[in-house]
Amino acid sequence: MLTTPLFLAEEAGETTQNPLLPAPYDIIWSSVIFVVLLLVFWKVVLPRVQALLDERAAAIEGGIKKAEEAQAEAAAALESYNTQLAEARAEAARIKDQARADAARIEADLKARANEEAERITAQAHQRIEAERQAAFSSLKTEVGSLALDLSEKVVGESMDDARSAAIVERFLADLEREGANR
Amino acid sequence: MLASAANEPEPFHPPSIAEFFPQVFLFMEPTVSWLGSEEPIFGINRIMLIRILAALAIILIFVLGTRKMKLIPTRGQSIIELGLGFVRDGIVYDLLGEKDGRRFLPIITTIFFMVLAMNITGIIPFLNIAGTSVIGVPLVLAIVSYIAFIYAGVKKHPGAFFKNSLFPSGVPWPLYIIVTPIEFVSTFVLRPVTLTLRLMMNLFVGHLLLVLFFAATHFFFFSAGGFFTLFGVGTLAFGFAFTVFEILVAVLQAYVFAILTTVYIQLALAEEH
Repeated sequence: MLTTPLFLAEEAGETTQNPLLPAPYDIIWSSVIFVVLLLVFWKVVLPRVQALLDERAAAIEGGIKKAEEAQAEAAAALESYNTQLAEARAEAARIKDQARADAARIEADLKARANEEAERITAQAHQRIEAERQAAFSSLKTEVGSLALDLSEKVVGESMDDARSAAIVERFLADLEREGANR
Repeated sequence: MLASAANEPEPFHPPSIAEFFPQVFLFMEPTVSWLGSEEPIFGINRIMLIRILAALAIILIFVLGTRKMKLIPTRGQSIIELGLGFVRDGIVYDLLGEKDGRRFLPIITTIFFMVLAMNITGIIPFLNIAGTSVIGVPLVLAIVSYIAFIYAGVKKHPGAFFKNSLFPSGVPWPLYIIVTPIEFVSTFVLRPVTLTLRLMMNLFVGHLLLVLFFAATHFFFFSAGGFFTLFGVGTLAFGFAFTVFEILVAVLQAYVFAILTTVYIQLALAEEH
């Protein structure tokens, strides 16, 4: 059907060919070119590209892994900071409690010691007062006795011998004491 | 002819089939008796030269382009990766999956870029004819595709591939009288024939159209002249438009050839029904 030239094929001065029938060299060169190109793509180009793709995939995977590792590290660090912070807080609270307890104890101690001191001072004072009272009482007793004797000598006008006067003073004082007791 | 109307002696040069069979100028010997005439076995003519040029261009681009590839691609490497990635991910892995796809990737990549390069020579100045517009390349590639899908089927379903493709299960047996011849013709006869003719005729006709437009433009401008120059402007515009269209055809036919081969392989691998 296509053996006739489209227009003026005889101009070319060749026997016209059916374009559907291949010439032997056409088939041979087409095959040679195909085989060469197939070998080039199969053995050279595609393995190189595949190697590159593998490398790239590994790089991307490595990058993702690295990022994951970094994230895990950051999370671990955060956790450790948080625990440390909590520990520090607990420690601070403990120290505060301790300090408060210490303060209370010290205060109680001081109070107790002050009370003791005060009691001791009070007791001492009492003792001294008592002793002084005693001293005053005994000196008063002798002085009052001699005063009274002197007075009575003057009143009576004569001196009494010592033995008598002593007896009178004793009696007088006993009376006094008795009166004091009765009152 | 129109040329006779002009005073210039140069006639209109219509496109002719002879353009697809230029003179063999190298390796005229040895010859072989072929379809009733003596033909050189290793003859080189203009078309063969163009094909070898296209093949050299592919080898140069891809071997040099993939020589020092970096993880972060340069601009040139990106383009090469884009092309190879288009065939790998867009055609082969998409249809066959990665496991089966890896086996057939070299064949389909070769088919795609060989067809593309030899198609594109149709619009490259001074080459001006597609290497695929002569039947050799389309025929050889169709045979490769044919062998590839039969190999895939036989390897995957040893002994059952032809039975599966010719006697699809789930069909009542009397229908096999009709179904089996149809399946045979469509699978084992029409597939290579349509692959060959679709590619070859697209580029063949594309070349004839471009020659027609530019020869007419030349004729109108330089032989007819005068009023006919206006026609020349029209034919030149058409020639330009069809040149752009031929780029589309070149890419599309390469894609169609590659994807059909992949689909045939996929069907052969999946033949379970």
